Amino acid sequence: MEVPLNAQYIRNMIMGAHATHDHIVHFYHLCALDWVDIVSALEADPRESAKIGQSLSDWKRNSYQEMKGTQDRLKGLVNSGQLGIYGSGYWGHPAMKLSPEVNLLATTHYLQALEIQVEINKIVALLGSKTPHIQNLAVGGVTNAINLDSPDTLNMEKLFHIKTLIDKVDDFVKQVALVDVAAIGAFYAEWTGYGAGVTNYLSTPDMPMDTKGTVFDLPGGYIPAADISKFQPITDFNDSYFEDNVKESIKHAWYDGDWDRHPYKEETVPKYSDFDDNGKYSWVKAPTFLGEPAQVGPLANILTMFAAGHKPTQKYATQVLETVSSLAGAKVGIDALHSTIGRIACRVIRCAVLNDTMNNQWTALVNNIAKGDTTIFNEPVFPKGVQEGFGIHEAPRGILSHWIVIENGKIKNYQAVVPSTWNAGPRNDKDDLGPYEASLLDNPVADPEKPLEVLRTLHSFDPCLACAIHLVDKEHNEVVRVKVL
Amino acid sequence: MKCCDSTHCDFTQESIAGGVSRRDFMKVCSAAAVYMGLSESFGPTIAEAATTAARRPPVIWLSGQECTGCTESLLRASHPSIGTLLLDLISLDYSETLNTGAGHQAEEFRAKSIEENTGKFILVCEGSIPVKDGGIYCKVAGRTALEILKETAPKAAAVISFGSCAAWGGVPSADPNPTGATPVYKILEGTGIPVVNIPGCPPNPYNFLSTVLYYVTFKKLPELDDKLRPKFAYGRLIHENCERRPHFDAGRFAEKFGDEGHRKGYCLYKLGCKGPETYNNCSTLRFNDVGTWPVNTGHPCFGCSEEGVGFKAPLHSPAEVLYVTPPAEFVSAPPEKGKGASALAAAVGGAAVGAAAVAVGSNLGKKDQDNKEN
Repeated sequence: MEVPLNAQYIRNMIMGAHATHDHIVHFYHLCALDWVDIVSALEADPRESAKIGQSLSDWKRNSYQEMKGTQDRLKGLVNSGQLGIYGSGYWGHPAMKLSPEVNLLATTHYLQALEIQVEINKIVALLGSKTPHIQNLAVGGVTNAINLDSPDTLNMEKLFHIKTLIDKVDDFVKQVALVDVAAIGAFYAEWTGYGAGVTNYLSTPDMPMDTKGTVFDLPGGYIPAADISKFQPITDFNDSYFEDNVKESIKHAWYDGDWDRHPYKEETVPKYSDFDDNGKYSWVKAPTFLGEPAQVGPLANILTMFAAGHKPTQKYATQVLETVSSLAGAKVGIDALHSTIGRIACRVIRCAVLNDTMNNQWTALVNNIAKGDTTIFNEPVFPKGVQEGFGIHEAPRGILSHWIVIENGKIKNYQAVVPSTWNAGPRNDKDDLGPYEASLLDNPVADPEKPLEVLRTLHSFDPCLACAIHLVDKEHNEVVRVKVL
Repeated sequence: MKCCDSTHCDFTQESIAGGVSRRDFMKVCSAAAVYMGLSESFGPTIAEAATTAARRPPVIWLSGQECTGCTESLLRASHPSIGTLLLDLISLDYSETLNTGAGHQAEEFRAKSIEENTGKFILVCEGSIPVKDGGIYCKVAGRTALEILKETAPKAAAVISFGSCAAWGGVPSADPNPTGATPVYKILEGTGIPVVNIPGCPPNPYNFLSTVLYYVTFKKLPELDDKLRPKFAYGRLIHENCERRPHFDAGRFAEKFGDEGHRKGYCLYKLGCKGPETYNNCSTLRFNDVGTWPVNTGHPCFGCSEEGVGFKAPLHSPAEVLYVTPPAEFVSAPPEKGKGASALAAAVGGAAVGAAAVAVGSNLGKKDQDNKEN
C-alpha cells in the first residue's frame, strides 16, 4: 500500500533523530570509556585540554572553564569514594593510550553529549508523542493531524521547534562528534588493523521520498568480501534481490530441529540445552544473505552509501579520514574502515549524514504542506487469502526486516530478523563464523584478567543485548569469562 | 543526603566501631583505590570522604526480560538530568547498560556493594522474570534472573519495579506467555520486602525519579495504591485530566486519522483510546519536556501501564469507561453572575445548583471509593 508523503517525511525525521540519538549515546556513553580513561583526566592541565580542543574545532564549549568544570566534577566523584557506574571500569589499563589532557577533553564532551542527546530526543517526542516507544504510527501513515490553524495538531510552532532542534544537534555532530571520532581514530591508529571480521556488508535504502517506497534519500545494498566495486543496490522496499536471498539457520541455536530456512518458512520453537561449543550455544539464529553471513550496521551502511555514490556520505567519510590522516601523520584511506575503530567512526559519520537528511525531510514536509496537502493516512485494506510480505528499515544497528504470513486475516507466521541477529548470530549451517565471532580473531589482549580489547571490538558493533565471551588459553583452559553489556 | 536513618548510611563508622582498626581501614581504602585504577595515594582521600561526607544512596539495577527502554527513558530526563542523578544524587553500583566495566569486574563490584550496603540499597528491577522451565529463558553470567532476584531482593531496603514488564508482566507476559514471564512483586510475595510498581512502556522517567528522590529526601516510600503504584503518579485516570475531555463530554469524536474531527483535535475514544480505563499522569505530566504525549499527537492511549489493557486489548477497540462523570450540561457549581437576574430567580437557581452539587458530589465520592481513591 502507499503511504502519504507527509507521513513519509514525518517518519523519516523521527528515524533520523532517533538514530542520531542512538549513535551519540553509543559513541560517548556506551563505548568511549573503552578508549578514554576518565581517572587519568584528573591529572590533566585544563588549560592544555582547552588549547587542544580549540586547535581541533570551532566548538564554543572547549573553554578552560568547561575543562576545569569537568575536572572538578570528576574530583568530587572520586573524593566521594563512590564511583558508581565507573567503579568497575578498566582505569589505568595498559591499552589506554590517551594523554591526561585528551582524556579530560573527551570526558568534557562525554558530559556535553549527555545534554545534547536530550535535545535530539525532543524531535522524536514532538512528532512521536514520547520517546522511547513512539506512538504516532498507524498502518498506512501517521496520526499527526496537520492543521496550521489548530492548537491541537502539528502546526507552525511545532514545526519550528523541530527545526531549531535539528540545527542545535547539527552543531554538536559536526563540530564535536566528527572531530572526536577522528582524534580517537588517530591516537589509536593501530586499531584500524583489528576487528574486521565478516566483510560482506548488507544495508537497506531508507528515507523514502515517494509514496511507494521506490525513491530514497539514502541508498543501500550489498557489498561482498570488502569489494566496493562489486556493490549491488537494493532498489526499492519490494526488491526481490533482498526478499529472496535471506535465510536463517538454527544449527547452533537453542531451537528445536536443525534447519536453514527462508523467514516465511521459519518457526520459533525454543529448546534449551545449555552451552555446547560444538552444538547449540545461543538464543540467536544465524542469518545469511546469498548463503553467507553478513555484517550490518553503520559501517555497512556508510560503505554501501559510499559505493552508491551518495555525496553527503562521501563528503563526511572523506572529511573524517583526512582528519585522521593529518593527526596521525600518515595517509588513512577507506580500507581502514574495515576494522573495530572504523565501525565506530562510521557511526559518527552516519550522524552527520542523518542530520543533513533531517533537514531535507523538514524542508520537504513544509513545502508539501505549503502545496495544501495535509494527508497523513491511507486506510489499509487487508486482502483475503494467504499473503506474504516483508518490511525493511535501516535501524541504528543495521538492517531490520520483519516478515509476515497472513492467512484469512490472521497472522500465520511472523519473524523479525533484527540487526543484532545478523551480527551476533552463532555459526551458520555451514559453520561459518558470525560477525561478532569473526571480528575477535587476532584481537590483542594485554591483560587476560581485564580483556578491555575484547570489549572494544564487541562494543564497536553496539550490541542490543548482553552477550558472553569466554576467553580460553591455548591449552583450552578457560582464563576468564567476559560478559559484554 | 542520606538514604535512610543515619546508622544505616554511615556504614564505615559501623565498621570502625565494629572493631576494624584504622590501619586496616586505610589498607582497604588503598586497595579500593588501586582497584579503581587510582594511584595508592588516593587511598587517604577516599577514607576521609567515606567517613565524613554524606554517602549517596546506593542503587543496584537488575535486568530481566526487557528492552532497556526504561533505562533509556532516564537518559531523556532533565530534572534531574542523568548526569546529576548519577554523579550527585545516587551511586548506581550496578547497571548492565551503564556499567563501564564488564564480566568479572562488574559482577564483583555488584557483590561488593550489596555486601557493604545490605539493608540500605535500593533495588531497581527492569523487566519481567521468566519462571517456566526453571527460569532458563533469562540468564545473566550463567545464572537465572529468578535466582539473582531471589538472592538480591532480601538484602535491599526497597524494590522498585520500573516499567510494565517488572510491574505486571508487560510485553513478555502477553498471551500465550511462552516463558512464564512474571512480575517482580509476585515473586517476592510473602517476603515482606517493600515493592513499588512504576508501570508504563516505558514509564515517564519523572515518576521513577520522583519515587527515588521522595525516598531519598523523606526517608520513606510514597503512598501507594492497591497495585503498589505511587498515588502521586497513578492516582487518576488519564481520561480525567485529558485536554480532549471536553470533546468527549460534548460528543465530538475523531472517527479516522486525518478526518475533520481529528484535524480539529476531537476526542480519540472512538479510535480506541484507553484513557478512560488507564491510571496514569501522562495527560498532566507529559513527556520529554516538550509537552507531548500520545493523545497530543493524535494517537489514542493504548493503556501501556494498565494490566489487562496494554498489550491485551486490541489497539482500536473501545475502552471500558470506568468512571462516568456528569456531562457538560450539568449546572456549574458557582451561581451565574448574569445581569438582570431577579432575586427570586437567583434564589431558585441557587437551590437547584445546590441539589445538583450534592447529587454529583455523593456520586463522585462513591466512584472515587470504587476506584480506590480513598
